[in-house]
Amino acid sequence: MSTATLAPAPHTATIQPARVGLAATVSQSFTMAYRGLLKVRHTPEQLIDVTFQPIIFTLMFTYLFGGAVSGSVGAYLPLIIPGILAQTVITASVVTGVQLREDMDKGVFDRFRSLPIARIAPLAGALLADTVRYVVATTITFLTGLVMGWRPGGGFGGVVLAGLLVIVCAWALSWIFAYIGVIARSATFVQGVSFMVLFPLTFLSNAFVEVDTLPGWMQAFVNVNPVSHLVSAVRTLANEGLVTADVGWTLLSAAVVVVIFAPIAVRAYLRKA
Amino acid sequence: MNTNAIEAQGLVKIFGDNRAVDGVDLTVRTGTVYGVLGPNGAGKTTTIRMLATLLRPDGGEARVFGHDIAREGAAVRSLIGVTGQYASVDETLSATENLVVFGRLLGLSARAARAKSAELLEEFSLTDAARRPLRNYSGGMRRRLDLAASLIARPPLIFLDEPTTGLDPRTRNQMWDTIRRLVAGGSTVLLTTQYLDEADQLADRIAVIDRGTVVAEGTADELKSTVGAQSLQVGLAEADDLGTALSLVQQVFGAAGVVAPEGLRITVPVPHAEAVADLLVRFRDAGVSIDSVSLDKPSLDEVFLTLTGHAASDDGPAVGSTENTRNDTEKVTA
Repeated sequence: MSTATLAPAPHTATIQPARVGLAATVSQSFTMAYRGLLKVRHTPEQLIDVTFQPIIFTLMFTYLFGGAVSGSVGAYLPLIIPGILAQTVITASVVTGVQLREDMDKGVFDRFRSLPIARIAPLAGALLADTVRYVVATTITFLTGLVMGWRPGGGFGGVVLAGLLVIVCAWALSWIFAYIGVIARSATFVQGVSFMVLFPLTFLSNAFVEVDTLPGWMQAFVNVNPVSHLVSAVRTLANEGLVTADVGWTLLSAAVVVVIFAPIAVRAYLRKA
Repeated sequence: MNTNAIEAQGLVKIFGDNRAVDGVDLTVRTGTVYGVLGPNGAGKTTTIRMLATLLRPDGGEARVFGHDIAREGAAVRSLIGVTGQYASVDETLSATENLVVFGRLLGLSARAARAKSAELLEEFSLTDAARRPLRNYSGGMRRRLDLAASLIARPPLIFLDEPTTGLDPRTRNQMWDTIRRLVAGGSTVLLTTQYLDEADQLADRIAVIDRGTVVAEGTADELKSTVGAQSLQVGLAEADDLGTALSLVQQVFGAAGVVAPEGLRITVPVPHAEAVADLLVRFRDAGVSIDSVSLDKPSLDEVFLTLTGHAASDDGPAVGSTENTRNDTEKVTA
């Protein structure tokens, strides 16, 4: 029995300032992100939606619609790869909310809340760790496309910028799902509601088809859908190496989402945490 | 220097129309073990969660080492460790990873966090299982890890919420030893329990809590003296005699006997020694055959019965309550 281990530290030494400083908050958020990655390492099945799903979707949609939409599979690839990318990575951001809800329902969350750490750290850490998932999904989708014969004209730089844009958007959207995760009663509910939001957003866009093939009323929605701007921006970046106005619209949409949802997610989270 | 680790006055927590905690006062001196004793749903966990800044009180106030729990939450959190009745560790991570993450959050460097984790795992005899995922841990190992995680920052005040609920007797004894060592090292411990002998064994002072209020407070001996000096235990040979035996007890002692769960043993406080002889004679006259007779010092069970008018186990099973039960919704059953 080492008394040194169990003996309490002198009181004065353990009292910390009432507010946690910025440097400590950042460091604690990274520790929480590290915890998220440890969990992924122990349960790699968490990565199925960002590894196998992009491969299967890319193969499936390309061979299914390639002939009908673009005349051939090869001609469809420049159209579909950016579309699949946007859909997969945005869908991956739902997991932020689902896992946050699962975490908050567990006993370990009480320990985080009873530690003298920044209260925002568990939320910030979750959002940080999930960017790794987006990077995985982006890389795998691009690789699948390349293997299938896609040769992006934008070169390496264009593809990387396109990937970054998608990751930024997914991160912005994950604030919406984080908010749903905080206020929802169960993880199943988070999943259900999130997909109800996501399916119209991702499918009612130019991700899989040319907009001018759609009925007029649907075109109206598709043209204002931020996902369409994202897909267009990714297409021109990856296929032509060009930065178009769509990049601006996409970043603006992402910023609007963050400006609206980050504060309400944080507020709801701090009220519960 | 303030010598009280906890001072709480009139704490109230309301869930819906249920006053889960209804005006609890507590004073815990630094360096002591304070037991909060009560059945399931009495408001023990809710009280701890308020003191640990996990729940905001709806009324009253409390200070931990002089820091107000509502206004100085961060200061309070830097002085406490909390071990819940559910495992407050990460199931998917290994023991080492759990402790390293908590250590890093508390501001230790990566190296210091690993060293501290190794030291605590050694202390709690978990070194062999350090790399195993927690889902393969036994209940006792999980509790030990949980307690180890509460001690990383060496907090001067430790909350233990039902530390031995659901543990087998051997593991429970180990946990008791650990708690005793903690106190020997100078920590203050507030522990809740529904096991009367646990409070008796460990706590310097005990608050008996029932339906959200403190119904009695004092040392174990003080509480016991409220029910009289001794109690009589009579073991019946035939379960059929129970009704007759109980009515005779009522007649001779003027008090109702408590029947043990198996229905063969009656316990009753003894008003005066003469009465015991009278009772045994009446038993023989009535043809009630007895198996055993003993005179015992009162147990806290009887204290509880006397104070609250119902047995401690009225509100549900005393053992085997699930570890994962989150008690923010704990209900006061009538």
